[in-house]
Amino acid sequence: MSRDDALDALLTDARHGSRRALGRLLSVAERGGDAASALDRRMLDAPPPLWTVGIVGAPGVGKSTLTARLVAAAADGPTGPVPRVAVIAVDPSSPLTGGAILGDRIRMQGVGSRPEVFVRSMAHRGDDGGLARAVPIAIRVLGSVGVATVIVETVGVGQIELEIIHVADTVIAAMSPGWGDAIQAAKAGLLEVADLFAVNKADRPGVADAVRDLEQMLDAGLARGSGDGRAWRPPVLPTVATDGTGIDGLWSAAEAHREWLVATGGLQRVRDERIRHEIGRRAKDLLAGRIDARTAELDLATARQTPGQWAALVAADVCAHADAPGTSAA
Amino acid sequence: MSDPPPIRILLAKLGFDGHDRGLKVIARTLRDAGFEVIYLGLRQTAGSVVIAAEQEDVAVIGISMHNGGHLTLGPMMVRAVADAGLEIPVVIGGIVPAEDVPTLREHGIFAVLGPGTALETVVATIHAAAATHDGMVG
Ligand SMILES: Nc1nc2c(ncn2[C@@H]2O[C@H](COP(=O)(O)OP(=O)(O)O)[C@@H](O)[C@H]2O)c(=O)[nH]1
Ligand SMILES: [Mg+2]
Repeated sequence: MSRDDALDALLTDARHGSRRALGRLLSVAERGGDAASALDRRMLDAPPPLWTVGIVGAPGVGKSTLTARLVAAAADGPTGPVPRVAVIAVDPSSPLTGGAILGDRIRMQGVGSRPEVFVRSMAHRGDDGGLARAVPIAIRVLGSVGVATVIVETVGVGQIELEIIHVADTVIAAMSPGWGDAIQAAKAGLLEVADLFAVNKADRPGVADAVRDLEQMLDAGLARGSGDGRAWRPPVLPTVATDGTGIDGLWSAAEAHREWLVATGGLQRVRDERIRHEIGRRAKDLLAGRIDARTAELDLATARQTPGQWAALVAADVCAHADAPGTSAA
Repeated sequence: MSDPPPIRILLAKLGFDGHDRGLKVIARTLRDAGFEVIYLGLRQTAGSVVIAAEQEDVAVIGISMHNGGHLTLGPMMVRAVADAGLEIPVVIGGIVPAEDVPTLREHGIFAVLGPGTALETVVATIHAAAATHDGMVG
């Protein structure tokens, strides 16, 4: 069977509810390269998931436990052959060996086996943007086979991890009470990107302080700018993921965010922005290798130029040969 | 894109016994050998392992057992994998007496890693098991 036939067969099977076929398709998306491009071309006329929710936060704050609770909330409803809700749970890869331990399923035992639910663990596989390429394709694949809601769990520290929020309609930042957490959130850039805040582990001391600190920072941020009357003010909600306290409130607030997006035309806007972001990112990826190659070839002895002048030369060269070999058509 | 992607494997403990310290050591060893280890942890059933294996598209299923149930649970695991139409090798680790190994092999278990197996042997066995798994699309 040719690769294209194999992909079509897997898509057909996945649309009829084959978990195995869907698992395979996600591996294709994850691996990247020509097969992923061929798969993605098949997504052009397919519907996206109705809703994509991102959960970001530091390791150990309870993201996976929260995700399991939210999945249970999202899974209720009419069931068909295809799972209603999917989770993509991202964990870091070891920078030394490229291996990874993906342990998020430990917290999703109860829900992971339900027929309405599909859970996929993904390793970060280095910081070359591979994950940022794989996750959007994976989400399109999930939507195309009929998954309604996709929840992406990812560690939210550093630039690369925050890339992942560009895949979500609604971003939930999870944190736990403790001195400085609001400040950590601000430093990680979460205040600007999150649509909701879950102060998890609310069974522990310090919740009220953490909620108040966050509220103050958010108000300060709103006061500084962008308040055009339509702006969404992120709610701050205490939760106890281990026993389910506050989960209903968190889920309704997330649904309210989606409704707000739809009502203000924001859903289409964030999705357009997201596609542009992905295009820009991939265009940069395509050029990066050729920029590095051209830079390595430069004979620095031939001219006395500043690094900025050299860079302009490299950029001009690469752009002049934009369709040269090495730019894989994707 | 030319590097082969890391091999994905699944590790789980079947049955109701207490701890997974040993399995965590194996998980770290395999991570350090470059595998992506999907770790299910304790109290799994053959059914939950099969569902996870399908969703995660793993090349090898590694099962740990310390409760003496291996002669029942081992073959049950292999049968559940086959019944789901999967061709994923099953490797068993944990406390398995040497005299039970031939029986388990007859029931389709790819390899048994008994107590005291060297970590290099664990890595080599998982590589060998993964090599029998059918490959990727494209
Ligand atoms: N006390 C308490 N512990 C929690 C809560 N939520 C999660 N945990 C525990 O925190 C640890 C890390 O949870 P996990 O969901 O894996 O966090 P993640 O790394 O952010 O995905 C686990 O031991 C959980 O049982 C909570 O609301 N209260
Ligand atoms: Mg987690």
